[in-house]
Amino acid sequence: MSWFEKLLPTTIRTERSSKRGTVPEGLWTKCPGCNAILYNTELERNLSVCPKCEHHMRISARTRLDMFLDEEGREEIGKHIKPVDPLKFKDTKKYKDRIVQAQKQTKENDALIVMKGQLKGNDIVVAAFDFKFMGGSMGSVVGERFVRGVNKSVELGIPFIVFTSSGGARMQESLFSLFQMAKTSAALTKLSEAGIPYISFMTDPTMGGVSASLAMLGDINIAEPNALIGFAGPRVIEQTVREKLPEGFQRSEFLQEHGAIDMIVDRREMCNKVSSILTLLMANRVKTPASNITLLMPIEAVENASDQE
Amino acid sequence: MDLKFLDFEQPIAELEAKITELRNVEFDNKINISDALKQLEERSQALTESIFSNLSDWQISQLSRHPGRPYTLDYVEHIFTDFHELHGDRAYADDPAIVCGLARLDGLPVMIIGHQKGRDTKEKIYRNFGMPRPEGYRKALRVMKMAERFKIPVICLIDTPGAYPGIGAEERGQSEAIARNLFEMAKLKTPVICTIIGEGGSGGALAIGVGDRLIMLEYSTYSVISPEGCASILWKSADKSQLAAEAMGITSDRVREQGFLDEVVREPLGGGHRNFKIIALNLKEALSRHLAELKDQDVDVLLETRYQRIMSFGVYIEEAGK
Repeated sequence: MSWFEKLLPTTIRTERSSKRGTVPEGLWTKCPGCNAILYNTELERNLSVCPKCEHHMRISARTRLDMFLDEEGREEIGKHIKPVDPLKFKDTKKYKDRIVQAQKQTKENDALIVMKGQLKGNDIVVAAFDFKFMGGSMGSVVGERFVRGVNKSVELGIPFIVFTSSGGARMQESLFSLFQMAKTSAALTKLSEAGIPYISFMTDPTMGGVSASLAMLGDINIAEPNALIGFAGPRVIEQTVREKLPEGFQRSEFLQEHGAIDMIVDRREMCNKVSSILTLLMANRVKTPASNITLLMPIEAVENASDQE
Repeated sequence: MDLKFLDFEQPIAELEAKITELRNVEFDNKINISDALKQLEERSQALTESIFSNLSDWQISQLSRHPGRPYTLDYVEHIFTDFHELHGDRAYADDPAIVCGLARLDGLPVMIIGHQKGRDTKEKIYRNFGMPRPEGYRKALRVMKMAERFKIPVICLIDTPGAYPGIGAEERGQSEAIARNLFEMAKLKTPVICTIIGEGGSGGALAIGVGDRLIMLEYSTYSVISPEGCASILWKSADKSQLAAEAMGITSDRVREQGFLDEVVREPLGGGHRNFKIIALNLKEALSRHLAELKDQDVDVLLETRYQRIMSFGVYIEEAGK
């Protein structure tokens, strides 16, 4: 505090220091990549990619689905599935309170949103992680919604796409969350058996249990530029190996170089790119008779299926 | 302090030291103090019983990583016969943190896959403290697929702090290696029996942990993250590991309450490290029993049951119309 401020009565003091560096909310956004101050309307038009440095900012699951899907014919899958607290988990805060807080903050029930919709007129099922909801962590709800999405895909014979953005498994659900890795991966075997394409589109960040299950199992693995993708977090690795990590370690470009992903795709190109890949993959597809596929079908899916016939 | 004993076992350690000392006295002086000795031994037994009947989750977590605890190769020696170790992933390297091999259980051929920790410093480093790299998981997958081809049941023995968090491991696709195993194990056309014999450390454990049966030894643990890791993330302090261990419910009894287990195999008084023979015998009995149930099952039934089991993981509520 400067000498001048000390002289001022407290009522006149403005809390400048705490606000320094932040930009008034709503109008402008500071790019975390290049610090440029960007006009929000322009930024949104550019799909939250910085026009100056191409930094891909994190976006919410709903924003992603809005960008990706055609406006017509969207239908949310498993939205009534909600989290519970099986272990009465409490750290510095109760898990229940954390859920409520995250729900208020994001207006979502959990960290994954699944929708059936269309991409350039073709039916698809898309799932998107919301990083703002407890770090996009995978608990029972995320796993179950993912499986319902996959089942819908299998049932209708349409492609399945996931946009990941997650710190990993949700610790507050302990083994219930760890086993979602097995659950989501097992569900994907049904897609594979049915010969339906699965595209995993990894965005910043995709780590831990999500990376080590559903994210790495795509027929096509795609990443957004400069996304952090890996199993162990950089800090954990640094502490374990006690050396400085190489430049660009665990970034999309690093993963492509090491053969983990097929390609890096700019967000502004994602619709075109995914659409043309899917068209190619689906072109000669021999349909597996539905009777040969065993799956857990949610009742609503059965009903919807019969509606459409 | 006796390093063979954990801190909460120190009273037992002191008694045991006294007993050893008295035995030496008896031997040296050829005097008969067997009554005194017998009394001390009974006291030691009672003390062990009282300490072990009331273990905290954190103490069990320490027991699960006890330096004297039997590891995969100890069970191989005590339970199986005709063991032939199989090395390498055929692509990059052999990972000593995972041991694979053909063997017999009661005469029946099985494929063993297990994490392996080291006993002394040199071996600990060689085994990378039981933390596999991608090539370890890919070796495991390779032998699983082989077992599938030859209709041989797979027995997984899980004991790892976690998959290795290293630069090379990331470069070679640690995530993909784990994910691929989860995917393939869900549809492996042969029975898979998984047992947590020590530490069930997160994805590194699960990567050889998907199957038709899940068994835990009494003093083993299974968790999504180590108590230390959980404490440092959620409490911002590694000192809260005890709280984290309790909050996550990682002991065999707690995991059974959560509905994930087919069986908890009891350990000898004081833990498996006190008597390899007894713990191995108990585990062998359980493995044989589950194998007998599974080995003649129709493959389609086996796979469907396994799939439904995996799909049942998770708790949530579903409220329609809101």
